[in-house]
Amino acid sequence: MNKKILSIVGALSITAFSTAQACEIGARVSIVGNEFPAIQTVGAGAAACTGGEVSTNLTADHQKINVPGMQGNPAEYTSAIVANSSIVALMNEDVIRPLDSLVAKHGGDLQSSQLIKVNGKVMAVAFMANAQHLMYRKDVLADLGISVPKTYEEMLAAAEKIRSSGAMQNPVGGAYAAGWNLAQEFNNMFLGYGGSHFKAGSANPSVNSEAGVNTLNMMKALSEYMNPDFLTHDSNATNAEYRAGNIALLNMWGSRASSQTTAEGVTDAVKNGHAIAGPMTVGGGSTAASTLWWDGWTVAKNISDAEAEATFIAMMNGISPSMMSDENIRTQAVWLIDGYTPTDAAIGVFEAAKMGTTPYPMLPYMGLMHTALGAELADFMQGKETAEQALADVEAAYVAAAKEKGYLN
Amino acid sequence: MTIASKRRSLSLRIAIYIFAAIWLLVAAFPFVWTLWGSFKVELDFFSVANWTNALSGERTIAEYGQPFTDAGYEGAWIKEEFWRNVINTFIVCFFVVCTSLTIGTLGGYALSRSGYRYTLILLIAALIFRAMPPITLVSGYMLPFFEWNVWGILPTTIIVLVAINQPFTLWMLHSFFQNIPKELDESAKVDGCSQFKAFRLVIIPVMWPGVITTGLFSFLLAYNDFAITSMLLSEDNRTMVPQIAAFLGTTYTEGNVMFAVAAVVSAAAPLFILVMFFQRQIVSGLTAGAVKG
Amino acid sequence: MKHSTFIWFFSPTALAMLLFIAFPIVSVLVQSVHAPHKAVLVEVETCTPLVGCTIETSIDQEATRAIREEKPIGRFIGLEIFSDRGHLAISEVSKIWSISENFNEFFTKLGNLPFYRAMAFTLTFTFIVTPLVVIVGFLIALNVNALHDRIKGVVVFFSLLPFVITPLIGALVLFWMIDSRGILGSAIQWIFADPNLSLKASTGLMWISLIVYGVWHAAPFAFVIFYAGLQTLPADQLEAAQIDGATRAQQVRYVVLPHLMPLVSFVALIQLMDNFRVFEPIVGFNASAHAQSLSWFIFNDLGGETRQLSSASATSVLTIIGVTILLLPVLRRTWRDFMEKAK
Repeated sequence: MNKKILSIVGALSITAFSTAQACEIGARVSIVGNEFPAIQTVGAGAAACTGGEVSTNLTADHQKINVPGMQGNPAEYTSAIVANSSIVALMNEDVIRPLDSLVAKHGGDLQSSQLIKVNGKVMAVAFMANAQHLMYRKDVLADLGISVPKTYEEMLAAAEKIRSSGAMQNPVGGAYAAGWNLAQEFNNMFLGYGGSHFKAGSANPSVNSEAGVNTLNMMKALSEYMNPDFLTHDSNATNAEYRAGNIALLNMWGSRASSQTTAEGVTDAVKNGHAIAGPMTVGGGSTAASTLWWDGWTVAKNISDAEAEATFIAMMNGISPSMMSDENIRTQAVWLIDGYTPTDAAIGVFEAAKMGTTPYPMLPYMGLMHTALGAELADFMQGKETAEQALADVEAAYVAAAKEKGYLN
Repeated sequence: MTIASKRRSLSLRIAIYIFAAIWLLVAAFPFVWTLWGSFKVELDFFSVANWTNALSGERTIAEYGQPFTDAGYEGAWIKEEFWRNVINTFIVCFFVVCTSLTIGTLGGYALSRSGYRYTLILLIAALIFRAMPPITLVSGYMLPFFEWNVWGILPTTIIVLVAINQPFTLWMLHSFFQNIPKELDESAKVDGCSQFKAFRLVIIPVMWPGVITTGLFSFLLAYNDFAITSMLLSEDNRTMVPQIAAFLGTTYTEGNVMFAVAAVVSAAAPLFILVMFFQRQIVSGLTAGAVKG
Repeated sequence: MKHSTFIWFFSPTALAMLLFIAFPIVSVLVQSVHAPHKAVLVEVETCTPLVGCTIETSIDQEATRAIREEKPIGRFIGLEIFSDRGHLAISEVSKIWSISENFNEFFTKLGNLPFYRAMAFTLTFTFIVTPLVVIVGFLIALNVNALHDRIKGVVVFFSLLPFVITPLIGALVLFWMIDSRGILGSAIQWIFADPNLSLKASTGLMWISLIVYGVWHAAPFAFVIFYAGLQTLPADQLEAAQIDGATRAQQVRYVVLPHLMPLVSFVALIQLMDNFRVFEPIVGFNASAHAQSLSWFIFNDLGGETRQLSSASATSVLTIIGVTILLLPVLRRTWRDFMEKAK
């Protein structure tokens, strides 16, 4: 059994689970998923079940192993914890089962909003939400009389004011590391400009559009106010900049909001000045320039019905509403579980939901587009080519990949 | 060479020592720096605010009241139980080195004693095998390993590492055995020994310098591997290197970089000790074998 | 040695290599000429938390399953993947050729295609790092050999460290130091008196950093091989040269170098192979915006939200072909030597 889970289980048994009902399962449960704290908590909750062996493999490489680990018959993993980007790979390979009958039988505690339905069938049960939104230094903005930016244009203006005041040389932060992060920032901004990645109802790309060019120009304008190394800054590096007091404005994952001031060595100025707000809009649009994410669990297809039932029961125990009374667990994420009262750190994500932020597209070929964006946009960000050329490259790279995977002819 | 060195001019000697000093600095400074930084907090180690913070430990003082802290080590070793990964690494290394040397010695010996053309073809095939990026090989294993229910456990990884290590082992040992005179085992065979008995009685006693050196290279490969161990080991069975990568975190989650730095130092320590004890063997083994071509 | 004895001795290692290297290579070859079946797409209603239901495209599993089960390996597509834009980009290259007015323009445009961009870096890296490793390793070996016996051990010990250290860890350590606020990054800014200079922000400087890392990491390997070779230097030859009045440089040129020549080819062989597959430094340095290699493409294809197995396989095959081409001169020499010995 996992070591982290052991310690969490230890903590839980004193608090939350002392009141939770016993969880009995009759078959093996094997869970694969990412490794962040909220998922560790879910894994620990599932592992608290007795009667069958529960094993977990929570690792950052989960996406490399969940498909092969569920393709066998019987599948190694009975459950995969996924997000809206990664469930697609599992559905594409047809390795997860519809959960409707299990929900009807054991899903008493679920809220209807937790059910991820595709074509009328429940394919996953979501337990937490996430979105990127604004984090800022209220002290820096207040000193210069700047109001909290609501749009990216206001963010640029604020950045210019901060720079010219001499308070900070590069006041803007962003996870612009070439690859997945850069592509994700493009997605946010592109959706904010009203763009759509694909021509309606087909797998044909449509990023080389006015919205695409505007997006790239805005990203380029923002990058002028970033640390010159921005193409190597992932979200961890961007947060380190923020904690060191080097930046005042950043678009960051909501899941990081609560830990932003609790890390070791954060200065008091940052601790007291830290504030969050909803995502910004861009280009006069009304849609937030952000994407809404959920994390949830699925049940494998190639396992016996007894194992599927055991898995469902164990996973339900992992997202039991009784966990929500534990303060440590409550702050780990923006939970979608019944009984969760949002913490201060959750404001940004809820604000994003209220603004009608677009969910990250759950399309079979979105992953290919994301990879193509991540690989081809770096040249533009370095000023080596025009926005049109970069977007044409993205489309060409995507088309080659989509042809290989059989989505395009 | 000692005779020659006595006759060196003073300027040349100074130049030699200056060069050596520069090289020592280049080779060792990154390690010293990382060791120093591993006792700081993240913001100091990366000097995100100012590079002098790494020296003065400004944020470390603010957090802990002193310029050094063992928080990274405590977190990695006690909270995250890094010692489990250390044990896994040593299990993997031990079995990889033993298996790899056993089958590699037999194979390398056979290659050196057979004059047929296929030995050369086998050697060249081994060379091409070595050219294959390990990451592709691994992606081919995943599905069958899951099907046979052997994914994620140490023995699977050990066998794969042994196999991937074979081409280099074969080349090293082949050239080493070529430098052991054929007459030795030929004469044993004339005396009525079988080939295997000749190998056992005559070759095994004299092969250790080459075998130890090759074993050290196998050890390094197993110890340092990232591509294979990170793909083939489950979370519970991780060796040190994939665990360090896991400490670094992902997009979603804050890694604990200082745990990673402390773990990096911890993982480097056994290598230092290894080199300290075996550097003579490395050199003498190479001298006796591979380097004679 | 008799064939049957040979087989007994060789079979364990042969079995290991066959199972875990040769079979995967065959499967990679097969994979590279096959692709997943055409997906049957349908419009379905998708419901997600906090948002509600929308119409999205999904794969029609019922329809797709039948095609998949009939031929699980996928559809045969020949060399299509090898010629697509992500690999050799045949049609793109010929188009660029026809619209470019001069070579300069042609090569600039060619650099926009991922495969050629990666080759530009990989070959630059390979052909700069390999000779530098040999030269630096040789210099260190000569140097260490000339040191006083007492400090030799210490110097050999420290010299080996960059080589024995885990490549990913070594790359991370250096990457942390060259950050614009790291100690090396700051030092470089101070030397060039440019506070905005950043090694990570420009392609040229990033290449230099990677090359410096490559030499730093591999020079000790060359050093230890050459150093061992120097120990076997026949003393009589050197003395004879000294008696003949050869200068120090002449001794190195005419006695030491020829003696070490076989080792130079050995080091060059290993280095060519490893540098062509350069991967860890690109990951460790977060350098994918500036430098890519074929191994990095494979990693990227396998690591995305959607795994592109066929594309990764095709890139692997190209890697093997590339390495074989690089090694051809060495292989030919080995073959010739062997044939002469066999005579």
